[in-house]
Amino acid sequence: MAEAIELQVARYRPEQESQPAWETFPVPLRKEWTVLDGLNYIKDRLDGSLSFRWSCRMGICGSCGMMVNGEPKLTCATFLSNYAPGPVRVEPLRYFPVVRDLVIALDDFMAKLQSVKPWIVRQEEKPLADGEYLQTPQQLDAYQQFSMCINCMICYAACPVYGLDPLFAGPAAIALAQRYNLDSRDQGAGERLSILSQQDGIWGCTFVGECTKVCPKNVDPAGAIQQYKLAAAKEWFRSLVAPWGTK
Amino acid sequence: MDISYHDVLLVGGGGAGLRAAIAVAEVNPKLSVAVVSKVYPMRSHTVSAEGGAAGVVKPNDTLDEHAYDTISGGDWLCDQDAVEIFVREAPQELLRLEHWGCPWSREADGHIAVRAFGGMRKMRTWFAADKTGFHMLHTLFQTTLKYTAIARYDEWFVTKLLVDDGRVQGVVAIELMTGKVQAITANAVILCTGGCGRVFPFTTNAAIKTGDGMALAYRAGAPLKDMEFIQYHPTGLPFTGILITEAARSEGGYLLNKDGYRYLQDYNLGKPEPKPKLRSMELGPRDRLSQAFVKEQEKGRTIEGPYGPIVHLDLRHLGEKLINTRLPFVRELCLKYENIDPVTEMIPVRPVAHYMMGGVHTDQDGATPLAGLYAAGEVACVSINGANRLGSNSLPELLVFGARAGRAAAEVASGRRPPNGKVLAQAQDEERRLKEMLLGSSGGTERIATLREEMQETMESSAGIYRQGTALKQAAERIGELKQRCDRLALDDRSQTFNTELTTALELSFLLDVAEAMVHCAAQRKESRGAHQRTDFPERDDRNYLAHSLVHRNPSGAPRVEYVPVRITRWPPGERTYG
Repeated sequence: MAEAIELQVARYRPEQESQPAWETFPVPLRKEWTVLDGLNYIKDRLDGSLSFRWSCRMGICGSCGMMVNGEPKLTCATFLSNYAPGPVRVEPLRYFPVVRDLVIALDDFMAKLQSVKPWIVRQEEKPLADGEYLQTPQQLDAYQQFSMCINCMICYAACPVYGLDPLFAGPAAIALAQRYNLDSRDQGAGERLSILSQQDGIWGCTFVGECTKVCPKNVDPAGAIQQYKLAAAKEWFRSLVAPWGTK
Repeated sequence: MDISYHDVLLVGGGGAGLRAAIAVAEVNPKLSVAVVSKVYPMRSHTVSAEGGAAGVVKPNDTLDEHAYDTISGGDWLCDQDAVEIFVREAPQELLRLEHWGCPWSREADGHIAVRAFGGMRKMRTWFAADKTGFHMLHTLFQTTLKYTAIARYDEWFVTKLLVDDGRVQGVVAIELMTGKVQAITANAVILCTGGCGRVFPFTTNAAIKTGDGMALAYRAGAPLKDMEFIQYHPTGLPFTGILITEAARSEGGYLLNKDGYRYLQDYNLGKPEPKPKLRSMELGPRDRLSQAFVKEQEKGRTIEGPYGPIVHLDLRHLGEKLINTRLPFVRELCLKYENIDPVTEMIPVRPVAHYMMGGVHTDQDGATPLAGLYAAGEVACVSINGANRLGSNSLPELLVFGARAGRAAAEVASGRRPPNGKVLAQAQDEERRLKEMLLGSSGGTERIATLREEMQETMESSAGIYRQGTALKQAAERIGELKQRCDRLALDDRSQTFNTELTTALELSFLLDVAEAMVHCAAQRKESRGAHQRTDFPERDDRNYLAHSLVHRNPSGAPRVEYVPVRITRWPPGERTYG
C-alpha cells in the first residue's frame, strides 16, 4: 500500500463487549476514496465482521450517517483525504442507542415521523378525474427545501436538545411536518400544530441552529422550528385572551 | 420458531412495493398487508432515480405515440398489449401521486411541467427537478404511514420463498436487529425487490441491488424472462458509477469526444443542432448511445482517464440558472464526487450498467406462473421494456404494475389460512441452513469479496455492451464454478446482532443465480437486438427471436431456456429510426 491512513473505528458487539471499544485499521489513502470506501475496504479485506449501513453511495438514500472526527457526516460524501494524515475516528451517530458497531437504532425517529402526520391531509379529496391541484412554482418554493430531507439523522446527532430530551420530535420530523403545512394542497396544519405544541422540547430549542448547519441537503430545520414556535405562541396567546371566544 | 400471518406480503419497500401495499389497503381495508424490506423503505433504490416519469398529459400528445416510442425503443420485444395498458394507466398513477403530495415541477400557471427524454417523440416526462425518484419514494412512504392496515418488517432480510402444493405460502426472513429467523406466511407474496446491477463491477445501482427477488423466484421454480437484456446508461461518472441523468441531455447537454465533436452524428442518430431535438442525437435511446461510445473507443476518439476511457458531457452553454433550477442534483453530484462544476467544466462520463429489462416472468397483473407469487417493478418482466427501456418509463412502470399486482393479490388473498406442517418443516430447514452458515460449520475458506469481484469481472468481460458466443460459454462455466465456491464461504462474523456479513453472503449467492441466468440467456440468443449485441450475430433476427426467453433453474445442471412469442397488437416489427 503506497499511502495509508488509519481509521479508528468504534466497535460494539453486544455479545462480546459490554461497551464500545476502538479498533484501528490501516486503509489506502486514495484521492477519490470516501470514509465509506475505507469502511468497505475493511469489511472486504480485513475484518468482515464490521457492521455499518450503506447503500446508494451518492448522498440520497440517507443510510450512511456517522460521526467522523466528532462531526456527523454522510460517510459516502466525506473524503478521507480531508483528514490526512489521519487518524480518522469513525463512530455511530451521537444521541442514538447503538445496536452494533456503527449501526444505530432508528425506531424512535420512525415513530416521531409518523406522529407528525407527514402526508397530505384534506377535508375533501379531489377526484382524480378533476386533474391536478394547481401549484405555481412560487407555491412549490414555499415548501420545497423542507421536502429535501433524506432522513439521514445527521441533524439529530447535532441537536443538543434531542441529546437532553429524547421526547423532543427533533429537527427532521418538525421540518417534514412544516413541509406539509406549507404545501398549498394540504389542510392539516392545525392537527400538526396541536401535536407538536404539546411537546416541551420545541420550547427547549434555543435556535442554536446546529441542525441547519450540518444538514447535507441544505434543509433548514431550525427555521421550521422557529416557525412552529411562533405559530404555537400565537395559538396560546389567542386562547389566553379569548378562552371562551372562537371555539 | 416464530410464525406470523398476513393476507398479502410485499417483499421490498421501494416504489413498487409501497404502491402495491396502498393498492391492497384500498381494495380491502380488512386485509392484513405487510411490507418486508431489508432496508428502511425510504432507503430503497427508487430514491436514486433522477430524471423523471413518463405519462401522456399534454394536449399535443397521444397514448399511441407513447406506445410507439416504447415499442420501437424496445426493438419490438415489448408485449404490445402490456404497453397499451401501461401508457393508459401511467398518467392516472402520476396524477394520484400528485394528489398524495409529490412535489412535481410546475409550469408558471401551476400545471404539471413535462420535459423531453431519450427516445420520446413528445415532451411527456413529469419531473421533480432531478430528484424524481427521491420525491416519489418519500411521498409514497409518507403516504403509507396513514394506512394503519399496512404493517412493516423494516430491516428483515428474506432468504427463501415457502412453496407447498404448487403455491407460494410465504417467506422465511431474518430480523437483522436480533438475528431471529421467522416464517412470515401469506396467501399472496409480491416481489418488489428491484434490479441486480451489482452483478457488474461498474453500475449506477446501489449496494442493495443484488437481484434478491429474481433469485428467490428462480429457486422457487418460477421462470425468469429476457435476462440477457441489461441496459447500459451512457452517462455515469467514472470510478463511482454515479448516474448523471438523461435530463442533462434533454435540457440541452452535448456528448463530445476527445476532439470536442458531437460524435453521435456518425451513428445514424441525426444531425447536430444547437437545441435538443426529440428522438435525435443526445436524445436517442440509451442502447444506441452506449454502443456508439464503444465504437468511438475503437476509433481511438475517447479520452483516457484514470479509470478508463471517457467522453465529455458538456452543459456549460446551458448556464448556471437553468442548471440550478432543472439539474441541481447533477451539479451537487459533480461538485461533491468529481470535484468539478458543470457550470464551467465538462463532465467526464462513460457507459455504466444501469437497468435490468428482464426479470421474473409475469402477466399484466403481476402474476407469475407460480400460484400465489406476484412481482412488479424492475424485479419483474411484464414486458413493457423489451430489449431496451426508454428513460423515464421505469418510474411509471413501478406505479402502474405495483398497483395492478396489489389489486390482483388482494383479490385472491382474502381469508387467512394457517400454514400446514410441510411449510413449517421447510421454514425450519431454512433456519438450520442459516445457522450453519453463521456458525461456519461447513469449514469454508472462500472470501465473499474475492468471489464477488471474480463474478463482476466475468460479467463485464462477457456480458457487457457487446457479447460473443465463445466468451459467453466460458462465462457460463466460470459462474458455475463460482457458485460451487460460494457454498464454501468463510465468515468472520458469528454475531446474531445486525450481521451484515451473513446478508452479504446471501446476496452474493442471489447475484450468482442471476448471473447464471443472464449468461445462459445471452449465449442462446443468437441475434442482436436492443441492449443485447452479439458481435458474432450482428443482425436482428425476427424469424427466430421475436420471442421472450424464459429461463428455468435446473438444480443439477445448466438452466433450461425456452422461448415464448412476443405479443404484437398494432405495431408490426419495423426499423428503429432516430434523428
